[in-house]
Amino acid sequence: MADTLRVPPGTEPLVQVRGLKMHFPISSGLLRRKTGAVKAVDDVSFDIFPRETLGMVGESGCGKSTTGRAVLRLYDITAGSIRIDGTEIGGLSQGALRKHRPKMQMVFQDPQACLNPRMTLAGIIGEPLDEHTNWSRRQKLDRIYELMDAVGLNRNFANRYPHEFSGGQRQRIGIARALALNPAFIVCDEPIAALDVSIQAQVVNLLEELQEKLGLTYLFISHDLSMVRHIATRVAVMYLGKVVEIAPREALYAEPLHPYTQALLSAVPDPDPASERKVERIILKGDVPSPANPPKGCNFCTRCPAVMPVCREVEPQTLEVAPGRFVACHLHDKGKPIGGPTPGANQTTSNQQGATP
Amino acid sequence: MNDGVAPVLDVRDLKVVFRTRGGEVHAVNSVSFDLRPGELLGVVGESGSGKSVTMMSLIGLLPSPPAEIRSGQVMFGGRDILKVNARELRRLRGREIGFIFQDPMTSLNPVFTVGFQIMEPLRRHMGLKPEAARTRAAELLDLVGIPDARRRLKDFPHQFSGGMRQRVMIAMALACDPKVLIADEPTTALDVTIQAQILELVKDLRQKLGMAIVWITHDLGVIAGIADRVMVMYGGQVVEQAPVRALFADPRHPYTRALLETVPSVRGERAPKLKVIEGQPPLLGAHPSACPFRFRCDKAHGLCEQENPRRRPVGAPGHDVACHWDAPAVREAAHG
Repeated sequence: MADTLRVPPGTEPLVQVRGLKMHFPISSGLLRRKTGAVKAVDDVSFDIFPRETLGMVGESGCGKSTTGRAVLRLYDITAGSIRIDGTEIGGLSQGALRKHRPKMQMVFQDPQACLNPRMTLAGIIGEPLDEHTNWSRRQKLDRIYELMDAVGLNRNFANRYPHEFSGGQRQRIGIARALALNPAFIVCDEPIAALDVSIQAQVVNLLEELQEKLGLTYLFISHDLSMVRHIATRVAVMYLGKVVEIAPREALYAEPLHPYTQALLSAVPDPDPASERKVERIILKGDVPSPANPPKGCNFCTRCPAVMPVCREVEPQTLEVAPGRFVACHLHDKGKPIGGPTPGANQTTSNQQGATP
Repeated sequence: MNDGVAPVLDVRDLKVVFRTRGGEVHAVNSVSFDLRPGELLGVVGESGSGKSVTMMSLIGLLPSPPAEIRSGQVMFGGRDILKVNARELRRLRGREIGFIFQDPMTSLNPVFTVGFQIMEPLRRHMGLKPEAARTRAAELLDLVGIPDARRRLKDFPHQFSGGMRQRVMIAMALACDPKVLIADEPTTALDVTIQAQILELVKDLRQKLGMAIVWITHDLGVIAGIADRVMVMYGGQVVEQAPVRALFADPRHPYTRALLETVPSVRGERAPKLKVIEGQPPLLGAHPSACPFRFRCDKAHGLCEQENPRRRPVGAPGHDVACHWDAPAVREAAHG
């Protein structure tokens, strides 16, 4: 575990996202004129270092899934830069992206919906190979068997159809497909949300084993804060289209800095009645505002328990308040802004080494 | 354990079977439990463990066919409600037993206003006049913490957010002051901060109204926070039942133990590796003549194949478990 935490000094991030915006137009009237935009992702920046897992948490509608899809360019993004393994893919056309696709893959939330019910398991896992390689049938079949072994599926299942499998097994099929082309970077979009508690741990352990064996880098999107604490090296918290806090896992859970992170963590029920009844909950009032019409100033100002007059006027900048800890909040307004050429790689390293026992 | 207080709801030996083309599915097998006045009973289990089917069958909400109640007795208010006719059952539902479903969007009717839907049980069951019903409906919305209640009665479900819709569902379930409230995964579809709001609301309402609640969930954290007693279900059976502290401090069934170990926490120590329950949840095709957990259990032995364990009392008062492992007879056989 300690090894995956340590980023060697001067390591270049594998994924570097700067100023990512994804706005969906709202059209209305007879002529379908564009009358506004849903700012699903609004100016998001982060790095993901090789072999680490960046957890991305937030409530539904905060833009975490859209961020994950936008980073893989499943959308044509509104603005921003995305560098994956040194290649800028933010502005590439979908045709030009095709040759970059093998190194970045995705595991989807609903294993029922993301598998074609008319294809056999071998067909599903082998499809990326058909698309991106010119291997012989024999080579492909060998690779399919190899992948099935890697994710713990019996080779005899190769000619079966997705409906014959349980949710956990289907998720393994989805993972095998994502691994087919030997990617460096995988976006896991709520991979365990649709699974039973006893099956979730199986899938999370599988993802961890594969990461260790194949040197994968994950963006792990989830609303389950306790599972993210388990799997992530660093955690980014999103609220209403913006990243409000990024920190190494231990630091974030021990001492959250942003009032939203504090409320979010305190709201998670603990499976222990003794401590559960002692926890002091920060109960947020009201609901998340609409991303089509976010409030002026800080996006969280309508629900924040520590709101100040400045929060309703000025949007807070994302600042590095401690090594490796980025917060966008007026309560923490001293620090360096994010977004330099190689921001905070060294600081992140030293802090993470400090945090490792 | 009875404490001398008569239970409001007493379920004995309930069996529910679904008839499908692929044969019978034994969804609920000999489930027995009771619910005492004012208590909150948490029911924990994975999907397919029979927790929802048990509760739906109590108040005749399962479509038959395919569902069939094979045997059992559900005593409520001095009679067996499995035997009452449809008309009588309709009177009980909503009036005496309230129900909150998991997904508020699909259980609210999108073409009627929220006010109309809350007033419906009031007019039907309580015989209130429209104006009185409207006043009561506004009171109820106010009770569950919806601001500007009277004006919002005119709104349609789509004009409410997810958390607000769930509050509306709770208001509807509480409309006729039921003795028992059955909540089926009421916070599963909600975000954690909204879930925290709803849990606070329920704690608050329990103090004010004092009804008995059955709370179905798969989230052990939620159970730890609000339940008085917990019933753990697996494969259509009750495998363990205990007061909440006893269950978390001293779980006896291997499934309960494994479940508690497999869930990570946001507080306290972080385990480097998650404990896993190997294998898949059981298929309920055959009649259960053996322990449903035996294929995934690390304590399984010969007897588990032959005989389905019965529930027997262990540890603290009110704690019982259905497991052969560490049963007195087995221990004697092992040592003797």
